Amino acid sequence: MTLDVLYFAWLRERIGAPRERIETAAATVAELVAELVRRDDRHAAALSDLDAVRVAVDQQLAGLDTPLAGAREIAFFPPMTGG
Amino acid sequence: MRVVVQSERFDAGALLDGFGAGAGAVVTFTGLVRGDGGLVALDIEHYPGMTERALTSHAQAAMDRFGLADVLIVHRHGHLPVGEPIMMVATAARHRRAAFDAADFLMDWLKSRAPFWKREIGRGGPGAWVAARAEDETALGRWG
Repeated sequence: MTLDVLYFAWLRERIGAPRERIETAAATVAELVAELVRRDDRHAAALSDLDAVRVAVDQQLAGLDTPLAGAREIAFFPPMTGG
Repeated sequence: MRVVVQSERFDAGALLDGFGAGAGAVVTFTGLVRGDGGLVALDIEHYPGMTERALTSHAQAAMDRFGLADVLIVHRHGHLPVGEPIMMVATAARHRRAAFDAADFLMDWLKSRAPFWKREIGRGGPGAWVAARAEDETALGRWG
């Protein structure tokens, strides 16, 4: 499937791009993370500490075990600091 | 109910004109850029689309939970110099307790669940991304 992967704040800076379109067969967020980490050093550095990363699947907060079937947009970002 | 996400400065007075008319109690909270430690500005980034959806769904949750007459959330993004307003919430209810509690509830949620990220800008240029605070997460936990 084709996914748009978005990155925000310091994750965007470490990856070096705000978004990328990828082809993946990952069944869950965790499998997608493992694929991305294997891509290159930038992805590995950005996603090295998953305790410091939050994820949204189709703009809803999600977890590492969230399935990706039917998903179109995955976003990775630091803990949020609104207000 | 109204949710606004914008870069432009807002006029709280104008936004509150007529807000909650007939409700009995209106509570507002405005957050400003605080000039700590040589801070010049904050750069605030957000997740367009998800931000509006999340704020709208949480405004509705506050309406339902506290039986509010109205809710307003305004949150800015972009380059915000020290002293400028970052965001405001306003709640209108029949009695003050629900209005205060709802404003508190909305703020606790915004602090750790609204998809905004702040970067400090000092005199020498961009500095650190503001880290999430454990006490904000704890505060959100109060609401179950």
